[in-house]
Amino acid sequence: MSIARKKRFIETVAKIFMWAAMFIVFGFVISVLWTIFSKGCKAMSWDMITKLPGGGFYIGKEGGFLNAIVGSLYIVGASTVLGLLISIPVVFFLNVYLTKDSKLAYVARMAFDVLFGVPSIVYGAFGFTIMIYFGLRTSLLGGIIVITLLIIPIFIRTMDEATRNFPRDILDASFALGATRWETLKVVVRQIAPGIATATLLSIGRAIGDAASVMFAAGYTDSIPTSLSQPAATLPLAVFFQLSSPIPEVVDRAYAAALVLTIIVFVLSICGRFITNRFSKNKV
Amino acid sequence: MRKSRIIKDKVAHGTMFALTIIAILMVVVIAIGLYLKSAPVLENKSLWSLLFSSEWRPMKGEFGFLPFIMGTIWVTILAILIALPISLLTAIYLTEYSKPVVRKFVFPALDILAALPSVIYGVWGVLVIVPWISQHVAPHFVEFSTGYTVLAAGIVLGVMVIPLLVSLFIEVFSSVPTDLREASLALGATRWQTTKKVVIRKTLPGILASTVLAISRAMGETIAVLMVCGCVIGIPKGILDACYPIPALIANNYGEMLSMPFYESALMFAALILFVVVLVFNLLSRIVLYRLENAEK
Repeated sequence: MSIARKKRFIETVAKIFMWAAMFIVFGFVISVLWTIFSKGCKAMSWDMITKLPGGGFYIGKEGGFLNAIVGSLYIVGASTVLGLLISIPVVFFLNVYLTKDSKLAYVARMAFDVLFGVPSIVYGAFGFTIMIYFGLRTSLLGGIIVITLLIIPIFIRTMDEATRNFPRDILDASFALGATRWETLKVVVRQIAPGIATATLLSIGRAIGDAASVMFAAGYTDSIPTSLSQPAATLPLAVFFQLSSPIPEVVDRAYAAALVLTIIVFVLSICGRFITNRFSKNKV
Repeated sequence: MRKSRIIKDKVAHGTMFALTIIAILMVVVIAIGLYLKSAPVLENKSLWSLLFSSEWRPMKGEFGFLPFIMGTIWVTILAILIALPISLLTAIYLTEYSKPVVRKFVFPALDILAALPSVIYGVWGVLVIVPWISQHVAPHFVEFSTGYTVLAAGIVLGVMVIPLLVSLFIEVFSSVPTDLREASLALGATRWQTTKKVVIRKTLPGILASTVLAISRAMGETIAVLMVCGCVIGIPKGILDACYPIPALIANNYGEMLSMPFYESALMFAALILFVVVLVFNLLSRIVLYRLENAEK
């Protein structure tokens, strides 16, 4: 083979391998979605999402998993609000109050990257020890605390990424007009609003799907919690616990819960992409 | 009037500074919290026997973590072996070859893979991978297998880390200046030669760092692995054996651990091991990745 032909041959082989890799990735996506949708659609009914489980979630054949839907909404709603309240100031501080080559900013980013990598089971175990220290049992409050801890690094990292490319000139222009840094934040907020929105969607997706941490902190129950100190059911745990049941009706509940969870995550992910594409066009 | 504006700014500064410090300190607080909780078992047993003994009898106060550590290592290595080639090739195609049209299809697919919760992968593993292994793969090698094996856990985990690896690789590859590629192409090199000899060689540290990051992610995955790993205590001898990784151990015993002496402490020690390993891996790889990022500027 001449060198030129050999070159072309290797090029083709490399391309075939790459196509194969992408094909495999698509195959996995389709396989996962097909499994969840085909099982879930068969098991789905109106009762599933409007009724509480009858006669115990593990053995009772009646009802649905409204308890898990409501529990997840409580936990995710509360921890998203708490997470935003804590992480927005941190992101502003890193990007507006600190200079680009600040040591503190470097350490902070490193810390949040590390926290982002900490497995959720470790957050769960840590949260559990804190709860015991304060005399709390598995409860809605515990779930909210642990999920808030879990999503703060995600919030900060994604928002920071959006804010980092923010042009310094705009800040300088604002300072030159005599505005304080606090007042300059109004300008910043307007620019990074889509970033905040994407970060929120991403965090909600992580928060609603995480099972390992709420297992420790929120527990599981058949009813809808009426106070912060009662345990709360969550969607991922509804899937996890009910899937192993020997009773087919209960397993169906797990499939339906998996479908609901997948659809929620799906919608969040599509909205996130949409916001990113839509608003990154007319950014300064 | 002027003064109140400045005071407002100062107050905001102070609050934000405090919040930032508190958030950073979370790393330290988690480490201290887990250490204090695992102190009883550490005082009672030597670190060596905890890490390298395979006697696991919580009732008698024997806590040897070796089976769980080996389970974690097996599953993680297998997952990375599966995910690495696929992610590398996909990322190369997306950055070096593809037209924007292809990216429009692949990115949403990767988004979905990244967004799906761990428990969904678990369901998929139980319904698809486990039966596939017990009916089609295992019969060629062993007499009987339930399918709940290292292999199942490895495949599920591998699929879960693909989106993370691809996005890290794409970031790393994009840090190579276009000039370098063009210089290589102008010398008559093909795209693949350019990729192999310029892009990959230039980004090797980044590729390694990304892989380490993916390893640390794979080690901590809990629910999906718990659902397909088999949860049999013992050191796996092959990929068709059941295994019991550390996160699965913690998650499975969270309810009963309070009733036995030292049991809670031992499980918190397991969490501490995970935390420390993940912390070290993350720090190392992030430092490398930051360097790369800054070198490009």
